[in-house]
Amino acid sequence: MSIDLSQFKQSFLEESDEGLDVLESGLLALDSGTADDEVIHAVFRAAHSIKGGAGTFSLTEIASFTHVMETLLDEMRDGRRAISKEAINVLLNSVDVLRELLDAARDDVPPEMSRVNEIQAKLEAVLNAGNNQATEDKQEAETESEQQEPEADGWVIKFHPHEHMLRTGNDTVRMFKELAALGDLENRVNLSGLPEFEHMDPELSYLSWILHLKKNEQQGAIDKAVIEEIFEWVEDDCDLSIEPLTSEPDDTSTSEQNDSPQPAEIPVSETITAADNVIPITGESDAQTVPSKVPAAGVQQPAEAQQKSSTRKKKATETGSIRVGTDKIDTLINMVGELVITQSMLSQMGEDFSMDKIEDLREGLAQLERNTRELQESVMRIRMLPISSSFQRFPRLVHDLGQKMNKKIELKMFGEQTELDKTVMEKIGDPLVHLVRNSLDHGIEDPQTRLAAGKSETGTITLNAYHQGGFIIIEISDDGAGLPRDKLLNKAIEKGLVTEQDNLPDEKIYDLIFHPGFSTVDQISDISGRGVGMDVVRKNIKELGGNVDVRTEEGRGTTFTIRLPLTLAILDGQLVKVGNETYIIPLVSIIESLEIETDNINTIAGTTEVYKMRDKYIPLVRLYEVFDVQPGTHRLQDCLLVVVEGDGGKAGILVDDLLSQQQVVIKSLETNYKRIQGVSGATILGDGTVALILDMSGLLTLAKEIEPVQNYQNQTYANG
Amino acid sequence: MSDIQDIVGELDALTDENAEQYLTFVLAGEEYAIDVLRVREIKGWDKVTTLPRTPDYLQGVINLRGTIVPIVDLRKRFNLPEIAYGPTTVVIVLKVFGEEHDRIMGIIVDAVSDVHNLKYDSIRPAPEMKGYVDNRFVNGLATINNKMVVLMDIDALMSSAEMDEVEQPAA
Repeated sequence: MSIDLSQFKQSFLEESDEGLDVLESGLLALDSGTADDEVIHAVFRAAHSIKGGAGTFSLTEIASFTHVMETLLDEMRDGRRAISKEAINVLLNSVDVLRELLDAARDDVPPEMSRVNEIQAKLEAVLNAGNNQATEDKQEAETESEQQEPEADGWVIKFHPHEHMLRTGNDTVRMFKELAALGDLENRVNLSGLPEFEHMDPELSYLSWILHLKKNEQQGAIDKAVIEEIFEWVEDDCDLSIEPLTSEPDDTSTSEQNDSPQPAEIPVSETITAADNVIPITGESDAQTVPSKVPAAGVQQPAEAQQKSSTRKKKATETGSIRVGTDKIDTLINMVGELVITQSMLSQMGEDFSMDKIEDLREGLAQLERNTRELQESVMRIRMLPISSSFQRFPRLVHDLGQKMNKKIELKMFGEQTELDKTVMEKIGDPLVHLVRNSLDHGIEDPQTRLAAGKSETGTITLNAYHQGGFIIIEISDDGAGLPRDKLLNKAIEKGLVTEQDNLPDEKIYDLIFHPGFSTVDQISDISGRGVGMDVVRKNIKELGGNVDVRTEEGRGTTFTIRLPLTLAILDGQLVKVGNETYIIPLVSIIESLEIETDNINTIAGTTEVYKMRDKYIPLVRLYEVFDVQPGTHRLQDCLLVVVEGDGGKAGILVDDLLSQQQVVIKSLETNYKRIQGVSGATILGDGTVALILDMSGLLTLAKEIEPVQNYQNQTYANG
Repeated sequence: MSDIQDIVGELDALTDENAEQYLTFVLAGEEYAIDVLRVREIKGWDKVTTLPRTPDYLQGVINLRGTIVPIVDLRKRFNLPEIAYGPTTVVIVLKVFGEEHDRIMGIIVDAVSDVHNLKYDSIRPAPEMKGYVDNRFVNGLATINNKMVVLMDIDALMSSAEMDEVEQPAA
């Protein structure tokens, strides 16, 4: 075929990823016994689709591997095999293997076959163990008929497609052509199903066929399985029977086709119908696929050509496309419509404007503001996806880890429909996994301990997500052992982080777990315990503009609460003035602002300035010095101090004035220039000018590096 | 007479595939030219927001319809005496091809002249000389209206390597 399939490969990979998710969640449901009849069919269909698609794209390893899975699943859905835990575990492992195979296909590298072969062997072992008497009988029967086969000259294939078979893009002619390649094909068509020409719908299938496929000298005997494979795609959409051909004459008298039609012998034609029917629609998707997905795949090609494919290790959640519900798009279209109306209203007003119309103008502008704000919110919501795609990996994780650790764990998830920005969701995945693993490992006790403590044998981990204010809150709680307060305190004292006299309040003690390198476990497992996780979790969450807290009760359980802003592109900022320049300090970084009392300024070794705030000393950062701008005043007592928190701790930023607080849109400096230390981005103020958004961590690092220029001189300013 | 010849030459060049169009501008009395396809727009001078800890010829950034665009003062870049910005001061907004991606940047010049067609074979290589305009940035020399015009290589001039020149922290 001359069509280029490669642009559809991306679609196939994405749909297969979704199919794998269906497989996994279905298998887990079957395992826990909460599945209804439909589940096993859905699982089978998912495997079937992946196999078919893999075949289309010549991904033979995937196709043959999935075929084994499918055979097993087929037996299970037909009731010929019990759904055993062992089988499910092997199938779950197969899902993992398939993921690896798909990744290899995505990156265009040959897959690593050792694991594939290992799991395939396990699958086949399960299949062959087939401990049903019925299965054994069937197998015996099959081997008998198989032994008969070499004697048959060929096969009689009765093929009656259902009306809608053509709708799935399957073409009878092609199938027959493949059959013809196997041997000598004779074809009888039954036209009796054809309606009157006026009533005929070209998209429906009204015909049925009886085919005789005889072996010829070149091809030799034809394997029944090969014939079945040709009809694989349409298995569910047709009535198919394949019987061995005996030397009887034409076998046209069957129950289905009583009225013998004109035995028109139609030679298998060479024509192939429209090439764009090659890709069958799997029909598994819930939300409607945005048609732009395929062009997106096409667009991705040149982009990928530029970047080396080795640097791409993308998982399904990190592809460049996004599914958007059509309702969001409709809302957007409506809002743009309203915006256009408002704009034309305003421009008409501007045509012959006179001052007495000023009230109308004000109204029009207020209307414009409303429209713009609604549009902005609407557009941002497009990037929002339900958190379920992040949550969906947890049932599997909990299942596997629970088995591994011999703990009984139930996972409850709430608020899966809560939406958050796509990028935020991708980045929150790993921290969430870490927190859940921690709960599994350290939180939930093993069954005996739980029983002894009067709890139920099965521990519960709960994931809960909801919106609050402009934030999304994600809670991870368990009913396990809670954090051991004293153990934490002792470890902290041991590490020299605190002293006994410090008398930390409980929450501060629990907060210690986020300290780098901190761990109270006696044994490091491969799951957790090295003490490198929690600080990274907190850092990652902070980078997203959020924070994470812990609440715990010994013996009862622990809850981690993650707070995240709903979007990354907008920041709440405090505008500050230094000289003629306006800067923006992110509100999340600001602890407090105060007026300077010059008595509280001290120097250390004549170089570093510190400010005494209550009973602590914090470094003083003269922003005008760091950025080399002219300060408005050199009289420190006229300046204000903004106390901020960066990565390295607290500091006080010296500014001339505090202006307003407002939401600003973050614009990148790196797009057209490059990264500047101390600056995280820029924004455009209401008057059209550019203001820089400060990055506290970078700023503090910078301040330490800068040689404090003539600091002793500044002392005189302090008094002046 | 020479004017007519020039015009004929240009008309020739217009239909000629071996010619390209250049925008010429004036900087400290000298004429320079850049490929017109790189020019996105020409603006008047507007207030600029300075960026901290950057070379002094990087005047700052402006808001160009929602995009942050860095502006380079060419006089400072070439160590020419500075003049006050006035009503004829012009900012040429350019598209610069970088190693990884394209960027939008602007240059401040004294004034903008015209767009000319230049045939490839009328461009002479620049002699090796020590001047304020480094040879790295010069693609060649041409003559327009009997005046010498320096063809500037915008990508080399505005590349990130160049932008880093004076960029050491004051430690």
